[in-house]
Amino acid sequence: MIEAKNLTKKFGKQVVFKDVNFKIDDGEFVSIVGRNGAGKSTLVKILMGLEKKTSGKIEMDHHEKIGYVPQFRNIDLDYPLNIEQFMRLNLKFTLNPQKRRQNNKNVQSILQQTNLMDLRKRPLGLASGGEKQKAYLAQALVGHPKVLILDESTASLDVDVKVQLMNLVQKLNREHGLTVLFITHDSDLTKRYTKRALLFENHSVESIGVDEISEDMFE
Amino acid sequence: MFGYEFMREAFIASTFIAITAGIVGVFVVSRNMSFLSHTLSEIGFAGASFGILVGISPLAGMILFTLVSSIAVGSLSTESSRREASISAISSLFIGLGILFLSLSSESSSYATNILFGSIVGISSTEVHQLLILAIFVIVVFIICYKPLAFDSFDHIGAQASGLNTRMLSVIFLITLALSVSIGAQIVGSLLVFVLLTLPGATARYLVHSVPNLLMVSVGLSLAGVWLGLYLAFVTNWPVTFFISAFEVIAYFIGLSYKNWKLSH
Repeated sequence: MIEAKNLTKKFGKQVVFKDVNFKIDDGEFVSIVGRNGAGKSTLVKILMGLEKKTSGKIEMDHHEKIGYVPQFRNIDLDYPLNIEQFMRLNLKFTLNPQKRRQNNKNVQSILQQTNLMDLRKRPLGLASGGEKQKAYLAQALVGHPKVLILDESTASLDVDVKVQLMNLVQKLNREHGLTVLFITHDSDLTKRYTKRALLFENHSVESIGVDEISEDMFE
Repeated sequence: MFGYEFMREAFIASTFIAITAGIVGVFVVSRNMSFLSHTLSEIGFAGASFGILVGISPLAGMILFTLVSSIAVGSLSTESSRREASISAISSLFIGLGILFLSLSSESSSYATNILFGSIVGISSTEVHQLLILAIFVIVVFIICYKPLAFDSFDHIGAQASGLNTRMLSVIFLITLALSVSIGAQIVGSLLVFVLLTLPGATARYLVHSVPNLLMVSVGLSLAGVWLGLYLAFVTNWPVTFFISAFEVIAYFIGLSYKNWKLSH
């Protein structure tokens, strides 16, 4: 469970959000919506420990491991690692043969779940946008996360590729009880895949049903 | 060739320099720090001339200057565009300082040539031992930090998300880079040490697709370059640096052509 109590974040005198309260249950698939600059990414950074909160509390069970799937990464055409090796970056180093076998099995199983088995030898720099997003997701899964954060991950993808990726995430959420925070500007996907959203607006956060979501909340 | 003691020592020192540069180079290229390694070699020149001026060894002067400046540059700015501008400014200042230190000291200009262009005869037994200790230190640090450093270098965002202390890794990397520049410059010279610190690592990226393979190819190309360079320098009496840089540049363009050929087929 993730719970924020009177969470406040300021950059100097500029208030990002103030006295925010919300709760996300284990295994929930929740959207995080709001205009650009409303504080969605700042919340993610606080959850990942990359940014410090100004005041209040944010609690997560047992320092739950987070898998982060961003929209962009520094992957250019010359990026040398193939998709499988890119996933393996997130493995812990071990000389123990039993653990190495376990790691290999885990990687193979994730390659299968994410439909990347046939593409595993493709250099990531040459992969399409959708394949890259799947590879980012696969790498996050290698670390056995309890919480998955999709940070605008679907933003630059074609409609059918978006749906493929979201179906995959939905399956992981249902079958493995993964908590998913879906940060997005896409109201259709929000309504299709999640039941509720946290709306970042006017330095505050409100939990709303997805039926209440309208396009102007994103602009 | 190995009948001469200076050649044996140059061979041992070069072998360790090549291994260190080959390993560090893979990470230099993946962290987009080729430009910084070039600047560090210029700063190393100023450090070596400072060492001569104040009567400590050129190697000690070089290590002092590259260590301080690599950490300063690293913490100056994380934004790459601003970092490049700061690096250019710093680099010009240090070349100027290097020339000033040399002209203030009483050493002859041949000493300056040795520092700038490298030499296989200008290195003493004691210096070879110092190089070996430093090179082994760098290699051990890389073995210990291999996994997190590879993660941070090949996917900074993923490494941050997984909770690694990327700032600490960056400092460790800059220290090893500074040491590698200082030890590499002893044979290859400070003007061209970045050849060994960037080209084998860059060439490897066109040929293989996993971190262990990148390291193997990069170290292999680096070793081939210095061994061939030493042999040809011994036979022809031409500068070793010329042969090393020519070999690495040719290997780089072959690698690039191979990649383009593969993409078109």
